[in-house]
Amino acid sequence: MKRIGVFICWCGSNIAATVDIDKTVAAARTMPGVVHADHNKYTCSEMGQDMIKDAIKEHKLDRVVIGSCSPRMHENTFRKTVEAAGLNPFYMEIANIREQCSWVHKDKETSTDKAISLVRTAVAKAARNEALHADEMPVEKRALVIGGGIAGIQAALDIAESGFEVDLVEREPSIGGRMAQLDKTFPTLDCSACILTPKMVDAAQHEKINLITYSEVDKVEGFVGNFDVTIRNKARSVDMNKCTGCGDCMAKCPAKVESEFEEGLAQRRAIYTPFAQAVPNKPALDRANCRWFTSGKCKVCQKICPADAIDYDQEDQLVTNKYGAIVVSTGFDTHSLDNYGEYAYGKHPDVITSLEMERLFNASGPTGGKILRPSNGEPPKNVAFIQCVGSRDREKGNPYCAKVCCMYTAKHAILLSEKVPGAKAHVFYIDVRTPGKDYEEFYNRAYEEYGTSYIKGNVSKVFPDGDKLIVRSVDALSGALVELVVDMVVLATSVDARSDAKELGQKLSITTNAHNFFNEAHPKLRPVDTQTAGVFLAGMCQGPKDIPETVAQASAAAVKVASLLNKDNLMSNPTVAEVNLKYCNGDMSCMAVCPYGAISEKVIEERRGRETVKRKIAEVNTALCQGCGACTVACRPGAINLKGFTNEQILAEVDAICL
Amino acid sequence: MKVTTDKLNSNLVKDVEEISGQKVSACFQCGKCTGGCPVVWAMDVFPHQVLRYAQMGLVDELLHSKTLWICASCQTCDSRCPRGVDIPKVIEALRLTIIREKGGNYLHPKDLPARVRENAPQQGLVSAFRKYAK
Repeated sequence: MKRIGVFICWCGSNIAATVDIDKTVAAARTMPGVVHADHNKYTCSEMGQDMIKDAIKEHKLDRVVIGSCSPRMHENTFRKTVEAAGLNPFYMEIANIREQCSWVHKDKETSTDKAISLVRTAVAKAARNEALHADEMPVEKRALVIGGGIAGIQAALDIAESGFEVDLVEREPSIGGRMAQLDKTFPTLDCSACILTPKMVDAAQHEKINLITYSEVDKVEGFVGNFDVTIRNKARSVDMNKCTGCGDCMAKCPAKVESEFEEGLAQRRAIYTPFAQAVPNKPALDRANCRWFTSGKCKVCQKICPADAIDYDQEDQLVTNKYGAIVVSTGFDTHSLDNYGEYAYGKHPDVITSLEMERLFNASGPTGGKILRPSNGEPPKNVAFIQCVGSRDREKGNPYCAKVCCMYTAKHAILLSEKVPGAKAHVFYIDVRTPGKDYEEFYNRAYEEYGTSYIKGNVSKVFPDGDKLIVRSVDALSGALVELVVDMVVLATSVDARSDAKELGQKLSITTNAHNFFNEAHPKLRPVDTQTAGVFLAGMCQGPKDIPETVAQASAAAVKVASLLNKDNLMSNPTVAEVNLKYCNGDMSCMAVCPYGAISEKVIEERRGRETVKRKIAEVNTALCQGCGACTVACRPGAINLKGFTNEQILAEVDAICL
Repeated sequence: MKVTTDKLNSNLVKDVEEISGQKVSACFQCGKCTGGCPVVWAMDVFPHQVLRYAQMGLVDELLHSKTLWICASCQTCDSRCPRGVDIPKVIEALRLTIIREKGGNYLHPKDLPARVRENAPQQGLVSAFRKYAK
């Protein structure tokens, strides 16, 4: 008979308010195999853990059951506790009486019954727990960063400075991301390019950073410490080794298309770099718009190129590399304005988005930094800024706050007053949110020093009147109707997750929330980790955030990567599938359902009477197995068991509840 | 009541700020002034609304309000304002604006009823004349 100890946690009032602790402890004492039961206000505290260690020694416990929060929260904590007291960590079992009991029930009597039931289940399982031992796996000392905006650049630089090789993959022809598009940054009004481009150059020149631009992640296999990532180097049609970046091809290319970088306010050529300070400063050929690829005539760039670098025959190349850790920093998309006809975006040239406004402010933008009305090229006198366009809108936009719009709109108001003498900014807002160092003060300056009018009201309609625009709203504070005649309207567009975030998440086995932002492992305590070991998050891909937060998160992710790559070996997860050769009939249903490719066929020789026969069986690669358990369900003869979650253990749990 | 571009760009706020020495634009409409005003029950436009109307250039609504003449300048609001706006000074500036526009006094000593003239404390009369006869 096993000697089981049960410890019920109050979790302050989290459990104790809804579950009768004394009753649960008393019930535990009567369960089969239980020789000791006790309770503690905070079992995860040092005192609580010491209580378990002492009890293991005093009562010679060989199995431990803890009724507490979810194993996701403290399984590792308590495994270490019992290990410190000399037990195998897998002798410890958690009964989740918080998330699955006290938090979801109100009635104390029924939740106490349920808590007792859950503890009985865990006791039944613990009695059958066996010692499991982790294997050591080597760590590939190289990191992959996906996305070359400020988050990816910062993460790559910090990882490289820690002494590890980094591959930085960027989809566009240049790194830089969204920050490269911005003019000034709040609240200091630092020039965005002035602080970003040196970092871009640092990244390009760092001996440990390998830039892989115009490329995307195609496939991710493996696991922490040993990821195998296949990267698609899209056909650039430019030989990067020969190209000198002289720019002759871009100057002569006859095909003009809207520039994505300029938000459609200017044109680029089919062979292009997104912007003048691009890193690497070598163009890519956009085949969808190239005359040679669309009509079979032209080849001007090839004729003009002095370095003979244009290669129309290039093909996409798939390259597979090994990485120990991955940082995801893929950024964001701006919200589509298709649902917001009331703002007349796309119908009137003087209605623009904030990102378009950034390009107008920018000295290297389409107007050379002058604020001019797109319709007639005149400087505007009155400009309406509409906040929360697509944000905080449950019906046709995003229910969440995009977090950066209040601040960049205040910045736009200030810059407008500085750049266009006599121009006035009128900001329509729902709430102004400025949580951040020096942010409130910055916003205060916008209306106190620069005379910006802040009107509390969501704009209901924008429509043209002669060569002006009329903006209709209400000032909810005074109750007055508002009808302004303005020259331009700037829409503070909400931010979305990347449209293909979910797809990338599936490749990486990381989850997204309802709005397709990547989920962190814990919202408070593990904000840069994901649920998949070895994959970390930085920047907007995890949720709306500004540049300082993005940089902080990127550096944090880099530390996590460095501390992982610093280890020579990682301990493997011992809860993996195991084949019982006696029962395996070799029909390989398990192999078909395994999502990690961890099961393969093996032929073994057996003595059967006087004969030696060959027989096919399934074999598990424990390094690849993630312990999902799909194979155990698919196996008809019941030959596969998941260690730590064996069929016998699960059935014992079911019996404990039902019998 | 309607806010327009012209009203928003009017000089009222600038004038009032100049006369009062107070920053009308600093008010962020927390409402603490109105919450503590001892004579708010008699006002048609609340103290925080006075500032909002001024910010929005709603001149007529302001200048026709009884509030301007009801405010006793007790300074309860001013002592509590988190933005440091001396609201009585702003209201005083608005009264002066009216007086300047009308070109006349709101109160003439001659118009005071005899009973008030006799019973009102002298200090009160002096401050009333200073206020109304500028």
